[in-house]
Amino acid sequence: MKQATIELIKGLWKENPTFRMLIGMCAPLAITNMVFNGIMMGLATTFVLVLSGLVVSLIKNIVPHKVRIPVFVVIIATFVTVADYYIAAYYPDTHRVLGLYLPLIVVNCLILARIEAFASKMPVFKSFMDALGMGIGFTLALVIISSVREILGFGTWLGIKAMPASYQPMSIMIQPAGAFITLGLIIALINIISRKKTSGDSA
Amino acid sequence: MNLLVVFLGAALVNNYVFTKFLGICPFFGVSKRTNTALGMGAAVTFVIVFAGAVTWTVYHLLLEPLKIVFMQQATFILVIAASVQLLEMIIQKTNKKLFDAFGIYLALITTNCIILAVAIVNVMEQYNFLEAVVNSLGAGIGFALALILMSGIRERMEQSPVPRCLKGVPIALIITGLLALAFSGFGGII
Repeated sequence: MKQATIELIKGLWKENPTFRMLIGMCAPLAITNMVFNGIMMGLATTFVLVLSGLVVSLIKNIVPHKVRIPVFVVIIATFVTVADYYIAAYYPDTHRVLGLYLPLIVVNCLILARIEAFASKMPVFKSFMDALGMGIGFTLALVIISSVREILGFGTWLGIKAMPASYQPMSIMIQPAGAFITLGLIIALINIISRKKTSGDSA
Repeated sequence: MNLLVVFLGAALVNNYVFTKFLGICPFFGVSKRTNTALGMGAAVTFVIVFAGAVTWTVYHLLLEPLKIVFMQQATFILVIAASVQLLEMIIQKTNKKLFDAFGIYLALITTNCIILAVAIVNVMEQYNFLEAVVNSLGAGIGFALALILMSGIRERMEQSPVPRCLKGVPIALIITGLLALAFSGFGGII
C-alpha cells in the first residue's frame, strides 16, 4: 500500500510531467487561457491515461513485443475517441474551444511514455496509481498555468471576478506568446524552489 | 489565389508552432544546432505532405463512404505510422544520400503531433485534395522556418550570461514567446 502511495505522489511534484519531465507540452500551452478549459483538458487526459494504462497492464503478457507500440496506440486512440465524443455531447461549448487538441491527446507523448515505461512492465494496481498520479499532476499543472493566464489576461478566475474593477487586463497573456512566457517563468520558479529544497536537505 | 492564401495561412499567419503550439517537443529537442534543425525541418515537411495526402484520401474514399468517421483517430495514427515506415524503406533502397540525411529523424516523426494535427485540420476545414496538400506543405515549411530561427538564436544564447534558474528550457520558452509575438505581426497579410 505504501509503495502504491509513492507511485501516486511522485506525479504531483518530483516527476510532474509538465514542470519537471517536460513532456506532453502542446496542451499545457494551447488551451490554458481559461481555467475551465484547463480542468476539462486535464480530466480528459487523466481519463485516457488511467484507462489505457489499466488495459495495457492487463494484456501486457499477451501482446507480442514487436507489435506493442501499434497495439498501445490503438488502445489510446480508442479511449481518446470516447473522451472526445463524450465532451462533444455534454459540453459542446468547451468542445468547440478545445477542438483540435482533444483528438491530439493520442499523440501526447506523456501517455505513451507512461505506458511504455510503466504500465507495460508493472502489475495492474501499481500502474493504475502511477497513471492516476501523472494525470492529477498534469491537471494540476494545467490549472496553475491557466490560473495565471486567466487572472492576468481577463481579470477573472473560473469566470469569477478576481481583480479590482480598475484592473486593465493584459491581452498578451491570452495570446499564444503569453502561454510560452508564463510556462517559462513557472518552470524557472520551480527550478529555484527545488534547488533551495535540495541544498537545504544536504546541509 | 485561394491556394496561396491557404499556404501563407499555414506557414506564417497561423504558424503551427507559434500559434497552435504543435510540434513543440521536437522544436525544443532538435533546435540546438542549425544543421540538425535543417535536416529535421526538411524531413518533417516531406512526411507532412506525404501523410496529408494519404490521410485525406483514406478519409474521403474509405471512412466517409463506409460511415465510420468515428474511427478517424485510430485510422490516421496507424496510416501515419505505416506511411512513415514505408517512406523510410523506399528512401533507404532508392536514395542512399537522402537516407543518411533524413534517417535518424524519420523514426521520431511518427510521434510528432504536428503530422496528425495537419491531417485532422485538412478534414475539419473541408479542404479539397489540392488545398489539403498545399496546407500540409505550408505547415511543414512553417515548422522548418520556426526550427531554423530558433536554432540560430539558441546557438548565440550559449555565449550569453543567462540566469541559472532560466538556463535550458525556461529561456527557450520565453524566446519562443517573443518569436510568437513577432509572428503575430503577420496577422494582417491575408
